[in-house]
Amino acid sequence: MADIQEKIIKLVPDAVFEEGEVLTVCVADKNWHELAKHLKEDTELNFDHLVAIVGMDWTDTLGTMNYLESTKTGQMLCVKLQTADRDNAMLHSVSDLWDVANFYEREVYDYLGIIFINHPDMRRLFLRNDWVGYPLRKDYDASPETNPVRLDHEQSDDSTVCYREQPDGTVKKEEVTVFEPNDFVVNIGPQHPATHGVLRFRTAVDGETIKKIDIYLGYIHRGIEKLSESLGYPQTLHFTDRLDYLSAHQNRHCLCLCIEKALGVEVPQRAQVVRVIMDELMRISSHLLFVGTFCMDLGATTMLFYAMRERETILNIFEKTCGARMTFNYNCIGGVIADLDKDFVHDVKALLEIMPKALKEYDTIFTGNVIAKNRMEGVGVLTREDAISYGVTGPAGRASGWGCDVRKTHPYGAYAQVEFDEVVRTEGDSMARFKVRMDEIRQSLRIIEQLIDRIPEGEICAKVPKIIKLPEGHWFQQVEASRGAFGVYIESRGANTPWRLKFNSPCMNMAGVVPHIAKGGKIADLITIGGTLDYVVPDIDR
Amino acid sequence: MPYGDWKDNEYIEHLVKELRDNGTNVIVGTFDKLINWGRSNSIWPLTFATSCCGIEFIALGAARYDMARFGWEVARASPRQADFMMVAGTIVHRMAPVVRRLYDQLAEPKYVIACGGCAVSGGPFKNSYHVVKGVGEIIPVDVYVPGCPPRPEAMIYGIMQLSRKIKVEKFFGGVNRQEKINRFLNEHPIKETPEAAQQQVMEEQH
Amino acid sequence: MYDLSKGADWLNQWLLSWCAPWLTVVIECLLVGVVLLLAYAVLALFYIYFERKVCAAFQCRLGPNRVGPFGVLQSVADMFKILIKELISLNHIDKFLFALAPYLVIIASMLCFAVLPWGNGIQVIDFNIGIFFLLAVSSIGVLGILLAGWSSNNKFTLIGALRSGAQMVSYELSLGLSVITMVVFAGSMSITDICMAQKDTWFIFAGHIPAVIAFLIYIIAGTAETNRGPFDLPEAESELTAGYHTEYSGIHFGFFYLAEYLNLFIVAGVASLLFFGGWMPLHIPGWDAFNHVMDFIPSTLWFIFKAVALSFVIIWFKWTFPRLRIDQLLSLEWKYLLPINLANLVLMVIVVCYGLHF
Repeated sequence: MADIQEKIIKLVPDAVFEEGEVLTVCVADKNWHELAKHLKEDTELNFDHLVAIVGMDWTDTLGTMNYLESTKTGQMLCVKLQTADRDNAMLHSVSDLWDVANFYEREVYDYLGIIFINHPDMRRLFLRNDWVGYPLRKDYDASPETNPVRLDHEQSDDSTVCYREQPDGTVKKEEVTVFEPNDFVVNIGPQHPATHGVLRFRTAVDGETIKKIDIYLGYIHRGIEKLSESLGYPQTLHFTDRLDYLSAHQNRHCLCLCIEKALGVEVPQRAQVVRVIMDELMRISSHLLFVGTFCMDLGATTMLFYAMRERETILNIFEKTCGARMTFNYNCIGGVIADLDKDFVHDVKALLEIMPKALKEYDTIFTGNVIAKNRMEGVGVLTREDAISYGVTGPAGRASGWGCDVRKTHPYGAYAQVEFDEVVRTEGDSMARFKVRMDEIRQSLRIIEQLIDRIPEGEICAKVPKIIKLPEGHWFQQVEASRGAFGVYIESRGANTPWRLKFNSPCMNMAGVVPHIAKGGKIADLITIGGTLDYVVPDIDR
Repeated sequence: MPYGDWKDNEYIEHLVKELRDNGTNVIVGTFDKLINWGRSNSIWPLTFATSCCGIEFIALGAARYDMARFGWEVARASPRQADFMMVAGTIVHRMAPVVRRLYDQLAEPKYVIACGGCAVSGGPFKNSYHVVKGVGEIIPVDVYVPGCPPRPEAMIYGIMQLSRKIKVEKFFGGVNRQEKINRFLNEHPIKETPEAAQQQVMEEQH
Repeated sequence: MYDLSKGADWLNQWLLSWCAPWLTVVIECLLVGVVLLLAYAVLALFYIYFERKVCAAFQCRLGPNRVGPFGVLQSVADMFKILIKELISLNHIDKFLFALAPYLVIIASMLCFAVLPWGNGIQVIDFNIGIFFLLAVSSIGVLGILLAGWSSNNKFTLIGALRSGAQMVSYELSLGLSVITMVVFAGSMSITDICMAQKDTWFIFAGHIPAVIAFLIYIIAGTAETNRGPFDLPEAESELTAGYHTEYSGIHFGFFYLAEYLNLFIVAGVASLLFFGGWMPLHIPGWDAFNHVMDFIPSTLWFIFKAVALSFVIIWFKWTFPRLRIDQLLSLEWKYLLPINLANLVLMVIVVCYGLHF
């Protein structure tokens, strides 16, 4: 820590440090780009992964919290930036250093109206181009008259704007072309069978070869972060199940962990173990659905039915304990909401027996198929550097050789007690991503196998106050969801509602990397790439 | 399912009563019956899902619930060929024009099932700035299926209700549905902004 | 083997006995037309039901079972619905070509029906170039697909149509060459002659290695010709929504839908003609009693049974394999199938010249 502080002070003498769970440093905007460059390129610090940019409204000023992580040491750093004023809020962009900042900064612009200087594409990300106001500002006018439901079609623009800094320090608005007038632009989405929800790719093609992709998000932007600001902490929990509904348990686990960390609550051992088992079951069911829908995208429809068959057995287990098939609402602050069903252990053991056989069957049907091999091998290659720069975590990142499993790098819950391997492959192509997921199912089974006989007796939930008020401060927590590192940022001002609650989803980064790796491929490759990245659109849009 | 079990839907019972009151010509009535038999037994869904409910819709197609039993498994990706649209998931402001356009692209006879809390009323996201409070605000809905997400059984029940609703339609001699739909669409027009109109003109020139 | 042509001759004589020759021709044409259309519709409905049941069985499901006993009326209900579904008229399209395209597709497959060997003596026309006629008319279908894709004024349909054009033109070669291989073996292009030549042993046994290779290539190319999985790129659902027929609704779409299944039947029918003796019962030289029993099964049943069995194989492909990519599809044809096919043709010529067959 001290080493980091020294280095930063050397660069930016007026930096202010705030000790906390993560070292926070406040710097002025004019030094930010320089500092970021050093933090990223310094071989010792090596903060090469931009975890999150959280846009903030502190009523007097706006700003961002930038979470950086070193892929070498796993150390985290938070850089706090503030704008000079609210009306003409501007910050410097770091999208030239981290590709993932491209979407993060557009999101901040969309939510809070902070313009990022030198950002190549300053458009709204989630909301319509003609939306009035910035919803996450505290003074946003939410009345339906300002933004009524409109049925007229939105214009898709072939150009965008960039606020370029001139040598003399002034900022000039420039127009940047996205598509040339004679590009053959095919609109894939928002209603398209292979986008796994409502995602829209405007794709310029040359014959069947993809020249350029422009992504439109927000077709399922539900404004969860704004909604959470008006709800008490226990009430915010249910949104997490509906973000990435295939990682419902993990997401909720993350928010609970973050609140528990802030409250200083110790979760009972039994609850910790139960949470981990549930997380891993969820991961298996999610990867099974991935196998099914991905194979269906490639045209092998039958695999979907085989994968769904096994998934139903997992859903049965969930249903007996949680009472629901999809949105479980099982974790709660301090533990879990209900004790395990009496059949739980028996059912899970039965599952442990059928799964290895099922996996073998999938391999026979699909993985060994020569057409499947040709469709996946060498398609959509993502290098390790790009994976880190685009912040692609989870199975997709690990398929590129980046060991980014939060369960290993920052163990939480009962993960420290179990043995499992982090599945890492180096090819980075679609086949690697597919195989990593198949192997992860095996690892998850291994974790469950270790824990299922050792569920400790005791309380399932710690005692927490009826009305939960977090102390002042900010917290950041990550867990390994089915698709990658899912993060939660909470800033509290001591009230019973969060001042700012931000969900940092792994899927948005994956969507962001699609144009990069699909370029030069065929239209069919776009489907393969989208399928193997396996994003869930409501998680992207939140 | 025996007829008695169906008698729990007041709305449909009302439709049946209305039909019986006015009476129909024998030939026309027979044709109507034949057509309605065909329509009600062949309801092809549009592959359309926005969020969680979509996954349950996949589960509905999978082996355990198998909607193929009823002949609903021919999910068409093109709205021109589908019969009903299962609005499975939240509809937000940005999606609303797309949903409306999809509805307009469906060929008659077309039906809409609002599936899940979000599509029925906005669900847990009702207070959000960017969520449409029920898909009924933008397109006429035939059947509402509550739940978050509804279980596949609920979806089966919902589609069966739709099937039953189709059975009491009249193809010849007065369509009891079309007028309501037209009234709805007139009340919810697509307001053209000048820019959009201009863009359309440009597209036409291409 | 009961020769059904006697019945047709009797009908002809009977008609001639009471009406003028020109009227006889008119009545016969009408009759044939009605019978063919009926067979067409019934077969299509059966195939749709068959595929849905087969695919359900592969996927551990039940498949249609509510409409009628075992769901057999499911496709009838579908037909009623699709007949009265709205035909959407679009702006900015070539209306004439848009409406023409589905008819071209369906006419192509209907013309093929004319020369299929339905049974001993049941055939509409017995050309001396029957198989050549079949190849010629079946390639009209691609025209319809190209027109459909182009006239819809939609980017997805256009891509689908161009894919389809590339695919059909390429695989037409393989199809044609493997048919030629068998024509060389049979020594005739007449469909009756080909059937009769398999009186003792079916070609797939008689022609051994080259015939088996030709059969494999034929079934691959045939699957591609019918746009079925794993070659269903023109209508790849997950890529192009519904491919070339995205913009078609109602019965126009129904025509494409029917033509797909009927083409499946035609491809399987021609395969059964070329390799499995058409309507010819299974005969094993030397087993006279067995051969005699086999002759009792009507020839029409033999033909339809063989065709359905072969279509089952093609349906099996569809529900097992993932889809190919367009470049892989073309390289499969031009780099592998075509050279193998040419070599196989030479091999077949050698086999025939030196009489190395059974």
